[in-house]
Amino acid sequence: MKNKKAKTAAPIGASKANQEVVEVPKGCLTLIKDRCKSCGFCIEFCPKKVLEFSSESNAKGYRVPRVKDPDKCILCGFCSMYCPDFAIYQTKNKEK
Amino acid sequence: MAASKETVLEGRHFINGATACAEGAIIAGCRFFAGYPITPATEVAERMAERLPHLGGVYIQMEDEIASMAAILGASWGGMKSMTATSGPGFSLMMENLGLGLMTETPCVVVNMQRAGPSTGLPTYVGQGDMMQARWGSHGVYEIIALAPSSPQEAMDLTITAFNLSEEFRLPVLIMGDEIISHMTERVVIPPADKVKIYPRRMPKVRPDDYLPYQPDKDLVPAMAPVGEGYHIQTTGLTHNEKGYPVMTSEAHQKLIKRLVDKIILNKNKTIRVEEENTAGADVVICSYGSSARIAEWAIKEARAKGIKVGKLRLITVWPFPEEKVRAAAKKTKAFVVPEINNGQIALEVERCAAGNAKVITVPHMGGSTHNPQDILESIIRAVK
Amino acid sequence: MENKISQHPLDEFIRQDRMPHIWCPGCGLGTVFSGLLNAIIKSSASDVALCDEPRPVGRETSPAGGGIDLNKVAIVSGIGCTGRIAGYVRFDGFHTTHGRAIPFATGLKLARPDLKVIVVSGEGDLFSIGGNHFIHAGRRNVDLTVVCVNNSNYGMTGGQCSATTPVRAVTTTTPFGNFEAPFSLPHIAAAVGAVYVARWTAFHAQKMQASIARAIQKKGFSFVEIMSPCPTYYARMNKLGTGLDMMKFYKDNTVIANEVKLEDISITRGGKIVIGDFIDKDRPTFNDLVEEMTCKFTPAGHAKPSGEDKQKLELH
Repeated sequence: MKNKKAKTAAPIGASKANQEVVEVPKGCLTLIKDRCKSCGFCIEFCPKKVLEFSSESNAKGYRVPRVKDPDKCILCGFCSMYCPDFAIYQTKNKEK
Repeated sequence: MAASKETVLEGRHFINGATACAEGAIIAGCRFFAGYPITPATEVAERMAERLPHLGGVYIQMEDEIASMAAILGASWGGMKSMTATSGPGFSLMMENLGLGLMTETPCVVVNMQRAGPSTGLPTYVGQGDMMQARWGSHGVYEIIALAPSSPQEAMDLTITAFNLSEEFRLPVLIMGDEIISHMTERVVIPPADKVKIYPRRMPKVRPDDYLPYQPDKDLVPAMAPVGEGYHIQTTGLTHNEKGYPVMTSEAHQKLIKRLVDKIILNKNKTIRVEEENTAGADVVICSYGSSARIAEWAIKEARAKGIKVGKLRLITVWPFPEEKVRAAAKKTKAFVVPEINNGQIALEVERCAAGNAKVITVPHMGGSTHNPQDILESIIRAVK
Repeated sequence: MENKISQHPLDEFIRQDRMPHIWCPGCGLGTVFSGLLNAIIKSSASDVALCDEPRPVGRETSPAGGGIDLNKVAIVSGIGCTGRIAGYVRFDGFHTTHGRAIPFATGLKLARPDLKVIVVSGEGDLFSIGGNHFIHAGRRNVDLTVVCVNNSNYGMTGGQCSATTPVRAVTTTTPFGNFEAPFSLPHIAAAVGAVYVARWTAFHAQKMQASIARAIQKKGFSFVEIMSPCPTYYARMNKLGTGLDMMKFYKDNTVIANEVKLEDISITRGGKIVIGDFIDKDRPTFNDLVEEMTCKFTPAGHAKPSGEDKQKLELH
């Protein structure tokens, strides 16, 4: 839901080149790579060990995570709950 | 905008300066008072404690003067005109948050009923030793507005003026009273509500989405949006830009501070108030303020009876200092006599502005009582020798 | 699902033109910030079930339940890393002087009881320089929510000791180890009468978020302490590893104990951290008592004095 009254700058890292959207069962995970600071919280606290560090670095030189096992993702939301930088979030498919 | 009829106790009263100050605040629309008991300002708090709850206002006794100053800033942002009252030791404690009020451009009134200092000093006896502190007490670069009442009537009138100036220029305004004025009981006439002009809070003229908290109007003062209405206000004591966001650069700091200084200096004609009498061709001009000005009246009368041409320049606004008035008077007279209950503070300003065109004779008094009027008379006589 | 540009669900509540925030990699503040936003949003939903009584008609205080108006949320903070939160939220934000967020928030809340005023600041700001204000606001039971992020040092100024630094811990001003016993913050909050007291860690993000939501929705002075890693200073100087290492430490070395003696739960070096929901009670707030005793307290309006009042108001 976009706040219609918002008059803000564009969210950082919101360009297509920077977002990696990975389909998982029942939805998708979006990684906003330019926001990541390699803290490792999402990788460590994912209960299904879906994430790992990739070999890719973002514009600030931080190594960004990648979705290693998308099929295992249960959209629990822990990654986005822990991420200090709003760099990862999940979207659930609408119930049919 | 006129004062509210229900809350103004119109008529002739016999009250002390502290009570008059509280009534003036109420007339001006003050509905929030946060303070801490301190002699000789406590009566202001007591009066507000009695009056405010029945006016839909808030009285709260905070844990110290630091909290009192912070609370009145918060209440001002909450849309309530707010005030605190203290004396020297509390005034010192308030200095840091006074700076926050100046930096965030928060309207409010701070009353200092001065007593003899420094430190605990003489809590129940008069002093005027905080006058320079009023100007320079908080750290950093800023301008301030300070008014000095010489009677309970003025304590009321100038408190109304202080609220109006604080809203017009968006800053804390100081009432530099003293123990004599605070505890003196005199006739105070409270005018009908519709005769009192109140300066309302400057509301933004743009929609919330387009509002910038520190975008100034032509007079260098920004509009102040109400909290909780979707304006998404940002304030900070850090150096900031028009959005209220911290900007850690020298350029941003110079730009902001220049505006904060200019909004007072360039609008001085709206804030300077003096009582000037017979300064043209005077042999000597008495320049004084507060309770010292009352004592000086006797000396002026006696000196005139002796044939000395004595002019009077009573400072009602002490800060910004009425430089032009003093400079002009310095060209018309031979000497200034400046009695004050301190070791010569405003006298320094008079000397600066006189710039050698007239002698400046200070009549200091370390505090604890008003001058012996004879001392002021003798200084006048010496000045014309 | 198509590959399209979407927005992080919290982006609209964050001032994007202030991003990225200043917090270090591995600092728990981002996680706390996220939890705070989620707690506020959760409290704005009208179907949140809570046990507080509905507000009496005509009382312009926030509904004691869900359904808070997001436009009426005001964040007040002090100085320090945590204090920067006020500048990042798309609500009314007030970044005040060091230690003075609580009295500022008191003035704001009393002038506008309809606002939801949340104080967010660090432990140094709230309990060292701000300690006196904390205890009095608790005593008065002003309707405020206080979220205190405790990273055991003064991070913004480079890692000096604070009132919660454990004994023997190394900081830049305790190079030989800290000589002073730390506070137990929940103990102080409970002792001064806070109606809600909880402690969690940044690792316990779900519990933290639920506690903040409860504190926001509860009437009275509510306090939530959140332990958080400071990887750049405290963790580094005490060889506790990265921010992630400290989060794992919180995971493995915390004990949830709601009924514990609060004076015993100050933080020790390497010891277990006791966390939980410690206090959840009710008592009259400052405004409740003002209203009861003055009978005509109407925050938003001017009460016309009655005939009897007018007599009392006459100056004598």
